[in-house]
Amino acid sequence: MKLKLSTRRAIWAYAFLLVPLLFFLLVRIYPTLQSFQLSLSTWHVDPLQREFVGLDYYERMLNDGRLHQAFRNTLYYALLGVPALIIIGLTVAMLLHGLKNPFGRGLFRAIYFAPYVTPAVAVSWAWSLMLSPQLGIVNEILFSLGLPTQPFLNSPDTALATVTGVVVWQYLGFQVILFLVGLEGIPRQYYEAAAIDGANGWSRFRFITLPLLRPVLVLSIIIATASNSTGFLQLFTQVLNLNFSDPGGPLGSTLTIVLYMYQVAFNRFEFGYAAAITVVLFLIIMVITIFQWTFLNKRVDY
Amino acid sequence: MRRANIISYVILAAGAIIMVFPFVWMLLTSFKPMPEIFDLGLLPKEPTLDNYRTIFTDYLFGRWFWNSILVAVITTVSVLFFDSLVGYTLAKYEFPGKNIIFIMILSTLMVPTEMLIIPWYATASQYGWTNTYWGLLFPGLMTAFGVFFTRQTFNTVPDELLDAGRIDGLSEFGLFWRVALPLIRSTLAALAILTFLGNWNAFLWPLIVTQSQRMYTLPVGLALFSGEAGSQWNLITAGASLAVFPVLIVFIIFQRQIIEGVASSGVKG
Repeated sequence: MKLKLSTRRAIWAYAFLLVPLLFFLLVRIYPTLQSFQLSLSTWHVDPLQREFVGLDYYERMLNDGRLHQAFRNTLYYALLGVPALIIIGLTVAMLLHGLKNPFGRGLFRAIYFAPYVTPAVAVSWAWSLMLSPQLGIVNEILFSLGLPTQPFLNSPDTALATVTGVVVWQYLGFQVILFLVGLEGIPRQYYEAAAIDGANGWSRFRFITLPLLRPVLVLSIIIATASNSTGFLQLFTQVLNLNFSDPGGPLGSTLTIVLYMYQVAFNRFEFGYAAAITVVLFLIIMVITIFQWTFLNKRVDY
Repeated sequence: MRRANIISYVILAAGAIIMVFPFVWMLLTSFKPMPEIFDLGLLPKEPTLDNYRTIFTDYLFGRWFWNSILVAVITTVSVLFFDSLVGYTLAKYEFPGKNIIFIMILSTLMVPTEMLIIPWYATASQYGWTNTYWGLLFPGLMTAFGVFFTRQTFNTVPDELLDAGRIDGLSEFGLFWRVALPLIRSTLAALAILTFLGNWNAFLWPLIVTQSQRMYTLPVGLALFSGEAGSQWNLITAGASLAVFPVLIVFIIFQRQIIEGVASSGVKG
């Protein structure tokens, strides 16, 4: 039997897709649904011995003070960290973009990007030692400059901001690169025309750079907020490693949703409750991303 | 030089010092003997390699380093092959259900990894995959991001090139392997680097799926080792340097390609 050419090609296509489709179904899509299912029953390694408990775990969330603290902290991280990343990232990108010397631009670009490629565990440990209140080099430097020394990770008042600082330090370079791509896409003529019209630096920024940068800005806000394992809503690695002896401390002041989920699952072995927490995290991320997308992308006429 | 330019350089240089300082501090401290680690000076007075010797002989850093390389390399090869195969199929073939399959794969991008960790762990413990390389590997063997990324590039490959290959008698797979793949070399290079880095740096899943020391990856081993090392900052910084400097050196060599790869993937992805 001779198959039609289009049929033969379709068969090839299905053959190519067979293994990947199984993978995406079994390792991505089924586990997504499974986490909803796990959140409705008690945990047992053997699936047959799991007991259905309905929405018990979701109800329990309403009265879990530590979880509320984790939610609050995560919100603070995002409110502090995302604007810091965007503002500092955009500033650095604009300074870089303005440099005349291509060698200098390339060198600084690489230096600012370097922390992004290094393991978060290793750099978090380095920072946690450097920020040690009595023995750390950062306080030694502050002291020698005549500035007040700080408790950094050791005080509930400063720990969250310190963690945010380390995360901003690590992921800043990525934002700088995104903004550089955006800035390079703005035609020079716009600025030249504005200069002829006598627009000053601020109004050039306000009326040319900012509006034309909007798509990149939306992208970088979404990435900074909720991209996999680097978004502020999913903070885990830095928080755990910066304060390894008291994860989430002092006094729970740096605890995040993911870290709490990890503790519930792997210190207390309450996988059902942990799954319920991830479901809520998923919904929160979804709502915030959709909100950012529609709200920030709204067309505004200048 | 204009004054504005000088000010830019000064601000950027000040920031650059903050970006670089932790790496310098980490490396220099890793060469200090124990009694010097709390000294004020940055430079070791009597530099030594003893710390590296200790972490390799008294602890399993060598093994963890190797585990990390193995997991990152296998994952990268698998991701490159399967993601580009799917990207190619979705870009260059017409068949019923194509859009549904594409949307299905794309939709998995919206699910945070943190949500999949517990079901993965449930599966891994049910089938005895904890503490195995397979357990470390299976969640990352393909990525929706790579499918999307390669599909974008394959879309720019002209169909005429493929038809020419068909006339020359290449099979459909031969067409993918010999004609299409070489055409998207720079996309593959970017995807390879991003995948390797992501796996080299991965922490949450390896932390969960490994309980025996011999199966730790470098980040997991480093974290748990450092947690017990207390004030032996010389050893902690040696371990951290071992995790940081290989990637930093690769980055310095390929920085242009890496940054451009990240930029194009970021804007497309």
